[in-house]
Amino acid sequence: MSDQRHWAEHQVNQPVFSDSLQQAIPTFCVLQTDGQVYPDATMPDIDQSLAQKIYRTSCFIRALDERMLASQRQGRISFYMTETGEEAADIGSCAALTDDDLIMGQYREQGALAFRGFTVDQFMNQIFSNEQDLGKGRQMPVHYGSRELNYMTISSPLTTQLPQAAGYAYGMKLRGQSSCVICYFGEGAASEGDFHAALNMAAVKHAPVIFFCRNNGYAISTPAHEQYAGDGIASRGPGYGIRTIRVDGNDMLAVLKATQDARAYAVESQKPVLIEAMTYRLGAHSSSDDPTGYRSRKEEQLWRHKDPVERFKLWLMAQGWWDEAQDQALKEEYRQSVSNAMKRAEKIPAPHLRDLVTDVYQQVPAHLEAQFASLEAHIQRHPEAYPKTAGRLHHG
Amino acid sequence: MAEMNLLQAINSALDLAMKADEQVLCFGEDVGQFGGVFRASSQLQEKYGSDRCFNTPLTEQGIVGFANGLAAQGMRPVAEVQFADYIFPAFDQIVNETAKYRYRSGNQFDVGSLTIRTPYGGGIHGGLYHSQSPEAYFTHTPGLKIVVPRNPYQAKGLLLASIQDDDPVLFFEPKRLYRAAVGDVPEDAYTLPLSKAEIVREGQDLTLVAWGAQVEVAEAAAQQASESGIECEVIDLRTLLPWDSDTIAESVRKTGRLIVTHEAPRTSGFGAEICATLQEMCFLSLESPIMRVTGLDTPFPLALEKEYLPNALKLVDAIHDSLNY
Repeated sequence: MSDQRHWAEHQVNQPVFSDSLQQAIPTFCVLQTDGQVYPDATMPDIDQSLAQKIYRTSCFIRALDERMLASQRQGRISFYMTETGEEAADIGSCAALTDDDLIMGQYREQGALAFRGFTVDQFMNQIFSNEQDLGKGRQMPVHYGSRELNYMTISSPLTTQLPQAAGYAYGMKLRGQSSCVICYFGEGAASEGDFHAALNMAAVKHAPVIFFCRNNGYAISTPAHEQYAGDGIASRGPGYGIRTIRVDGNDMLAVLKATQDARAYAVESQKPVLIEAMTYRLGAHSSSDDPTGYRSRKEEQLWRHKDPVERFKLWLMAQGWWDEAQDQALKEEYRQSVSNAMKRAEKIPAPHLRDLVTDVYQQVPAHLEAQFASLEAHIQRHPEAYPKTAGRLHHG
Repeated sequence: MAEMNLLQAINSALDLAMKADEQVLCFGEDVGQFGGVFRASSQLQEKYGSDRCFNTPLTEQGIVGFANGLAAQGMRPVAEVQFADYIFPAFDQIVNETAKYRYRSGNQFDVGSLTIRTPYGGGIHGGLYHSQSPEAYFTHTPGLKIVVPRNPYQAKGLLLASIQDDDPVLFFEPKRLYRAAVGDVPEDAYTLPLSKAEIVREGQDLTLVAWGAQVEVAEAAAQQASESGIECEVIDLRTLLPWDSDTIAESVRKTGRLIVTHEAPRTSGFGAEICATLQEMCFLSLESPIMRVTGLDTPFPLALEKEYLPNALKLVDAIHDSLNY
């Protein structure tokens, strides 16, 4: 049956052009930069224990990011990406979920993984691609994944995870699970075709997925105004028939509240939701990027003033749930634990040679076995050229 | 046994797979109530409900991305791409995602339960975008399995094996044979092994290798050659990745001659892979250069389709060239 809605009922007899900028989507804010809650703001469901866990996770991520960026500068690791300035977006939203909800990320959401319980050693083993890495040392640093923690392994191609999130969530629905998928992506990724495919499919198939956009103003060097001409990413949601909200992405309480409501809606109505968190990428895009070539110090300073972690700390202290002495001790503790874990991870050997050919298929096919045997024989002839693997060929 | 055409055999496989396992889902453009533009999914929505057999929006990257997510979740999706010519928008999802899911996650996540079905091949006046044979774009991608049946019996057994297989499978269906190929097919479920070629005609003078609709062409050429006293061994490769080089090598060691034939263009077609591998495996047995009879290195044309296609007559010429070398 053809479904043309009720267009005829909204007939007009003069030309009326619609313009999204005249109907700009508002931004939900709870917390002011001084740590005070706006008088009329609706608070999220949060207690002392959850608030402290969120804050601790933020501080851990700051310590990890700072040390790892320095390590990359020292040449100890090949690559790194910080999430500085965006901790409220992923940690605040992840705190609204249950452990059964699947997280699918882009690459700047290590905070959500830390919140779930990924250990400092697990982070380090992935970054150093050693034999303890859950991903067996195959992917670049920050491409984390954990089956145990329901955190889908990250891949580099942007936006590919969005239609997958729709499919994964649809599977959850068919199984009758009362859980959802949260799917993170940046505003640049939202220009990919997979964004369109995913939102449309999720809406049409009624998949319980939260599409969470981190709009941090830049896709590498490209500012948002060169990325889109409409009212950000949020304005696209209603066009797909998706319930949508825009939130201050540097406001931990607003992000938490928006995601709590979004999750309740997604799971109860079995439909997708779109959240656009307005934030700022305070760091470089990655360790391979220098932002001074395309944006001003002044602009960065303006956003440093809106630091989501500092703002949340002020609120915690106003609740009487945190103090400066605790803060100093926690930060020192994380600096130490990151530093110690790094020293441990550096000493763990590289993956075994066998890990090069396993998991391409469920079983290693004959032609790949032949290639492996040939490689193994070659390495045995020239062990000095392959120090990572030559000494351990028979232990795999 | 029942007489079925290739479409009916595929429909029967999907029906049995959905009946046996409620995690099997079929979806794609026009796959739902309508039953697919070729009717491969006919009656499935009626039998198994619109949750498990449904239309998707018109987006190939969305279909395959959605299917990847379902497979990662543990469901067993069978996604349809309406024509293989339109699989390219999903190329990124297939090559960068599907194929690499298990490897990149250290086997924490996989999409091994995924099957992608798509009609391929020419000979139906389909012009540029309803005729292509894009298998070689995908055989260059570790992590995928690629299967091409040649008749109704093969189609059902290989499709059921593909759906059950724990690696992602791209299943190319020769649409020229959808209604043209008819044969006896068991009504119950059965599987045929993947990565195993089949000798469909024995001979000792020359080995002919083909897959899909081209096997019929190779058999016709072998029949014609036989009339002039040349006995060709015809091998249906069936699975292009990972492929069965041993069966071909054994044949070439016996015949000393090899011709590979496919509809797709010659340069970097899968025939090139077979030629390179077999000359390594059978160098001392070869009595003439390995030859290829393929489509031309052009887009697939409409009016000159007959001239373009590697038909039996072109194959017979090549057989004589090989014997007279």
